[in-house]
Amino acid sequence: MNAFAFSTAPIDAPALARGLADRGCGGFVSFEGWVRDHNEGLAVTRLEYEAFEALGVKEGERIVAEARERFGLTRIACVHRLGTLEIGDVAVWVGAAAPHRDEAFRACRFVIDEVKHRVPVWKKEHYVNGDSGWVNCERCSAVPSHAEAHAPHGHSHAQGHEHAEGT
Amino acid sequence: MSAPLHGLVLTGGRSRRMASDKALLAYAGETQLDRAVRLLKAQGISAWVSVRPDQVDEPARARHPQIVDAHVDAGPSAGILAALAAQPAAAWLVLACDLPFLDEATLAHLIAHRDPARLATGFRSAHDGLPEPLCAIYEPAARAPLEAAVAAGKTCPRRFLRHSEVALLDLPRPEVLDNVNTPEERRSAAAALGGATVTRPVRVQYFALLREQAGRSEETVDTNAATPGELLDQLRARHPFTLPREMLKVAVNGDFAGWDRPLAAGDAVVFIPPVAGG
Repeated sequence: MNAFAFSTAPIDAPALARGLADRGCGGFVSFEGWVRDHNEGLAVTRLEYEAFEALGVKEGERIVAEARERFGLTRIACVHRLGTLEIGDVAVWVGAAAPHRDEAFRACRFVIDEVKHRVPVWKKEHYVNGDSGWVNCERCSAVPSHAEAHAPHGHSHAQGHEHAEGT
Repeated sequence: MSAPLHGLVLTGGRSRRMASDKALLAYAGETQLDRAVRLLKAQGISAWVSVRPDQVDEPARARHPQIVDAHVDAGPSAGILAALAAQPAAAWLVLACDLPFLDEATLAHLIAHRDPARLATGFRSAHDGLPEPLCAIYEPAARAPLEAAVAAGKTCPRRFLRHSEVALLDLPRPEVLDNVNTPEERRSAAAALGGATVTRPVRVQYFALLREQAGRSEETVDTNAATPGELLDQLRARHPFTLPREMLKVAVNGDFAGWDRPLAAGDAVVFIPPVAGG
């Protein structure tokens, strides 16, 4: 199985975690991004995710490879949902297993941060008031920023905003 | 009996004013380097690329046989001297890589009127009547005096031609050696060449906000845009895109690419709005 994948079906977190089981690993950390019912003061009813899948998988695999290189012998998987998601659905799952907990925590954090900034995935929020909008493209588009040293493919504007999930 | 003639494309310039590698700039989808090589080969002569030592591994240059500069900070004269030294019995038709208006007829005229008894054969500038040093044939006998001039710190090849026994020709078309040093000059060159350039089909895919604003997820456009940046500017005339280029990234053929990457027929281009995963 690839380390990074998109899925139109609900994420089966226990199965993904079992897939990382390794007799040499003593620590396992996972992260789930959930669809939240509000964002920037607006009540959210559902989200739609869309990806440029060919490049998304390629970039996702590059992120996982970078994490393995930085944090040593680490087993990593990441799955990102596509399509329409309801409040409470798991939008993204990252798991990292390593010989010791520190590498597992750091690898997991690295992967979710890089995925959010580099993988070509977009989300459209639908609001209770009937409006909708592409996150980072419409309501926030007036203030592009240029400084982002650690994520060369990232969109700097995304950083520092928290959108409709719990990262 | 004249010396055999080879072709040399100079690509070592620092391109300070253009702020990008002039050899890799493209008009109608062909880089200036590839275009210069093609023009030389059309005259039936071999084409070599003059490079600085730090440019040897640059992929576009590595595709061609190379001659590496031996002199540092001698400008174009370093490339000319390196070629004359590499093949002392040969004459060299030297071309700058930033002559977008140069054509086969001009090179044919130069070769037909070559005078092997002089140190060099070249054109008079249409602007000031002085010799044009970077579209000229240098004979083997030019090596020693050019070497001496460079050793004396006189590295300007135009100055060398002014003070040497050279054959000077009138240009068949006066603007044919106009060169391109700034982005503004490049835009006017691209516009002037527009009538003569062929368009190429390019496939464009749209996602998210751009998909909604374009009203489609993909289209094939016939374009004379040489780069994704120019293509985006053209597409803005068709679709009401709101995101400024600074907020977009671009992918060509499935991976991230630069805005100045040359476009070729059949390329697949994706403009990437700000991402929002997680």
